[in-house]
Parts: sequence; structure tokens; C-alpha cells
Amino acid sequence: MSRVWIFGQDINTDQIVPGRFAPIMLKNEDDLRKYPFVEHRPDFAGTVRSGDIIVAGNNFGCGSSREYAPLALRMVGVGAIIAPLFARIFFRNALNLGIPCFTADLTAQLRDGQEVEMNLEQGLIITDDGSRIALPPPPAFLREVWAAGGIVPFYRQHGRFPGE
Amino acid sequence: MAQTLSEQILSRAAGKTVRAGEVATVAVDLVMMHDSLSPSIIRIMEQELGAERVWDPERVAVVIDHVAPAATVQTAEKQNDVRRWVQRQGITHFYDVGRGISHPVLVEEGVAQPGMVIVGSDSHSTAYGAVGAFGSGMGSTDIALAAATGRTWFRVPETVLVRATGRFRPGVSAKDLALRAARELRADGATYAAVEWHGVEFLTVMERMTLATLSIEVGAKAGIVPPVFQDAGGGRPAAGFGLPPAPASWTPVVQEGATYSRIVEVDLDTLEPQVSAPSYVDNVADLSALGRVPVDVVYLGTCTNGHYEDMAAAARILKGRRVAPGVRMMVVPASRDALLRATEDGTLATLIAAGAALGTPGCGACIGRHMGVLGPGETCLFTGNRNFRGRMGSPEANIYLASAEVAAATAITGYITHPADVL
Repeated sequence: MSRVWIFGQDINTDQIVPGRFAPIMLKNEDDLRKYPFVEHRPDFAGTVRSGDIIVAGNNFGCGSSREYAPLALRMVGVGAIIAPLFARIFFRNALNLGIPCFTADLTAQLRDGQEVEMNLEQGLIITDDGSRIALPPPPAFLREVWAAGGIVPFYRQHGRFPGE
Repeated sequence: MAQTLSEQILSRAAGKTVRAGEVATVAVDLVMMHDSLSPSIIRIMEQELGAERVWDPERVAVVIDHVAPAATVQTAEKQNDVRRWVQRQGITHFYDVGRGISHPVLVEEGVAQPGMVIVGSDSHSTAYGAVGAFGSGMGSTDIALAAATGRTWFRVPETVLVRATGRFRPGVSAKDLALRAARELRADGATYAAVEWHGVEFLTVMERMTLATLSIEVGAKAGIVPPVFQDAGGGRPAAGFGLPPAPASWTPVVQEGATYSRIVEVDLDTLEPQVSAPSYVDNVADLSALGRVPVDVVYLGTCTNGHYEDMAAAARILKGRRVAPGVRMMVVPASRDALLRATEDGTLATLIAAGAALGTPGCGACIGRHMGVLGPGETCLFTGNRNFRGRMGSPEANIYLASAEVAAATAITGYITHPADVL
């Protein structure tokens, strides 16, 4: 089961990982796992479990190019992010790191803390009361990057860019 | 069929005609990386991609600007790793501590040119639109791939047109135009799109950079000012306009009939100073509607408004005046060239005599790492580009964004002030 973490709109990368906690500022880069949402939602890093999903409002990940923001989310095992619109640099970074992102607004349909079953292959969420939510499939050229596990393994396998 | 500036530039880079909505692999002209992300970019290049060399050491620029000079032993050590890598790679465009922020520096050095595709490890890489380049920010993995291969992919963006008419009134400047557009477009109004800024041919290159850098704050992939410069005759730029030194072989031009997904009109003749209140850049209002907001810190700097023009505008207001008691004013020039110019004509002396403290050219406290970070409960009037919670230090600090003119007026009174009220 995956726990749902609800976030609001315009969540920026300074809220995901403040610049003061960038890997270059840390003695031990693995400590980055302690800092996702360290100030915005201090209970997150300590209690998030592998496979949990972030369900956010509009314009998730706006702001900086810092890849360590989605990297921190990957380090703590975030299984998918669902938002009606992703800021473009964040979206590319998440794609490159192999974090599945779905474009949908589920903030009104799901509750914070709700347990759901997330089926990534079928793009399907089954909630604790049994209702099924189908997620719109990402474009094919992006799906092939996720399938490869990120842009680096994709490029190494195919020797080309997505859509090329 | 007519094309937008982005369609023209990406078509040239793709080697075929592309239109908005298409996904294209393109050749990049320049890859920029800075000290904050270079360690991760180098690791991804070498260890994950297995690439020992950059694709072209003359077309990868490395700038130490984010924590410059180093603030901690860790940052010092990591910057030294980057310096050694730069040397091994034979990278020619390397700019170390004190040269300034990547974006103005690459323009001043003539490395960024009209019509180029430039990708940078900094979200404000939209800045290169100041010279009519397609500049776009990316994360470490995308930059590592671009540095290793000389290529990247883009979905060719639709274009949002911001069309200015008229001329700024005294005390109003490019920052007010950019914030006015953000007020209209909101933080997501140009997501996945490019912004073109028309009607601003009278602005200097660095004033154009104010518009270009703030384009990311409405979500844009690129923010481009048409590379048309007022001409002093014979193709030479008018004095003080700071054109890129070498004339480019090809420049994109605005084509009649190009398709814009949205048009925002701004009348400069009636535009008032704009202020972005905490903690979202698009939380913009006319300064006159703000009420009395006392500040602890006035911070003049960044790739958005730390240019010579900004220091000069502030100095005109601060000349013979003093920063209000209890207020700290920081000046962190965007580049060494800007600092030199401000030194030569007395601008800097005016600011220092008024009570400002000077920092090393670079990003300063914009990322909250050094050189004037904010403590809990402090309020800062900032000429930068982001007022997100925790951006400049404590998450309990409040950041207001405005122009250099408003910064100077605010420094005199100690509360956010219309420049006309102190002139």
C-alpha cells in the first residue's frame, strides 16, 4: 500500500529542498535524504515510506533547476507524483531520474494519509474504499524513458534522445 | 510560414523546420554549469554516462558564482575538484570567484550570442534571451548529457508575447515591466512556453536580462528579447548599450504573422512601480497599494537586478543621502565588469558613502547560503527574482521583490517606498 501525501499548489523547489541543504553544502551527501520538505512539512522525511505518492496542486516543482529536489524524493522512495501541471525543469529532472509523474488533479479526490494501491503499469490507483482512479497515460516518448529507468539508462541503451 | 523566435532558433539547431508542439533533438551551441551543480554533473558524466571528455571544451562554460568565495570547507573542496576537472578537460571559458554571475559574464565575454541554443544548470538561464539566444535551464542529468554529446531534446514551445508600448516614467524600470507581466500571467502562465518581450528596443542588454531572467518565474522555457539594438551608425551599438562584441553570423528576427498563444499588453506610460510580496513571485501589486512595510535589509544584487544600470539607478537616488538607521543595505554586483564600471564613474562611492555594504560579485544570498542570509522575523526588500519562503535563509524571513529604484528609496526611509517620494 502507498500512503497519499497531499500538497498545495505552486510548491517550489525551495520548499522541497532549501538551497542551504544542497549536496555541496553537506558533509555527507547521503544526508540529503533527511531534507525533503524539511521546513515546509517537517514530518515528511521521517515518516514517508517507499512507494508513497505525492498528490499535489497546480505547478508542482516550480523554481530552481536543482535536481537534488527530485533526487531527495527518490532517495526516500517516493513512488509517483501526481499534479495537474508540473513546472518544466522539475518534470524533466523527475523524468531523468525515473520518478513517474502523472498529470491529473486528485487533490479533491484523495485525502492526506489515505492508503491506496498504486499500479504504475496500468496507471491505476485503487483506494482503500475500493474506488478506481485511472491516470492519463504520459506521451509515448516519455513512457519509454520511464520504462528504461531514466534518461541515462535510456541513452545508453538506445544511443538517442527520446522522440528522436 | 512565419515563425516565432524560438521556432527559428530551434529549427536552425535541429537542422530542419520545426514548429511549436513538436519534439526535436537539437545541437546546442553552449552548455553552462556553475559550482553548485558541477560536482553532480561531472559525477553523472563520468560515472553514469561513462563519458570522459566534454563534447567540445570551447563550448562548455564553467562559472564559480553560487558560493563565491567559498563559505565552508566542503564548498572550497568541491570547487577545487571542479577547477581540476576544468583543467583536465581543457575548458576555455572558465570564470572563477569574483568574475560574477554566469549569465551577465557570458554576455560580457561575448560567449553568449544571438540565435544560439544555450542550456545552463541554472533555472535563470533564460537570461541569455537578453541577447536574443534561446537560453534554458536544466538539471544536472540533462546538462551532463548535453556536455557529453553537444545535444539535447526540447518540445518546441508555444510563445507568449508580452508587448510593451510607451516609455517608463521616472523611477520605473524593466523590473516593473517583468513583475507586471508576472502579475498577469501568474507563476504557471508560460509553463512549457517561451516568452517574447517586444517593444523594449530602447533597453540595454542588462536591462533586457531583467526581463529574460524573470521569464522562468512564469514557468517559461526561454524568455527572448528580439536582438535589435539601437544603432550608433555603421552597425556599432549606441554608447552604453553593451552589445555582444562580435556580430553573429545569423540572428533571429521577429516575423510578421508568427503565432502567439497569448498576448499580454503593458502600457509603460502608466506603469507604476510593482512589488512582489511574500512568498510567491506572482503575488504582485502596485507599490502604492501596499501600505507601510518596514524593512530590516535592502539587498541590491543578482542576475536580475545587480547590473551596473541598477547600481547607477540606486546611486542617483541615494546621492548625498544616508541609509536609514537600523537598515542594512547590501550591494552585490552581478559581475566584475559591472563593479568596475560603477567604480570608475563614482556610482560605487555614492552607494558606499550612503552606508551600503559591498559583496563579491556573484549570486550572494539569493540562494540563502552566504553573504547576508536573513534571520527569523527579518524583512528584506530584494532586487532579485524569488521571494519563496526560506529562499534567502530563515523560512521565517519575509522577502519583497522590487526594482533597484525602489530598493534605494526604501533604504532611505526604512520602509518600502515609491522612488518619486524621495526624489
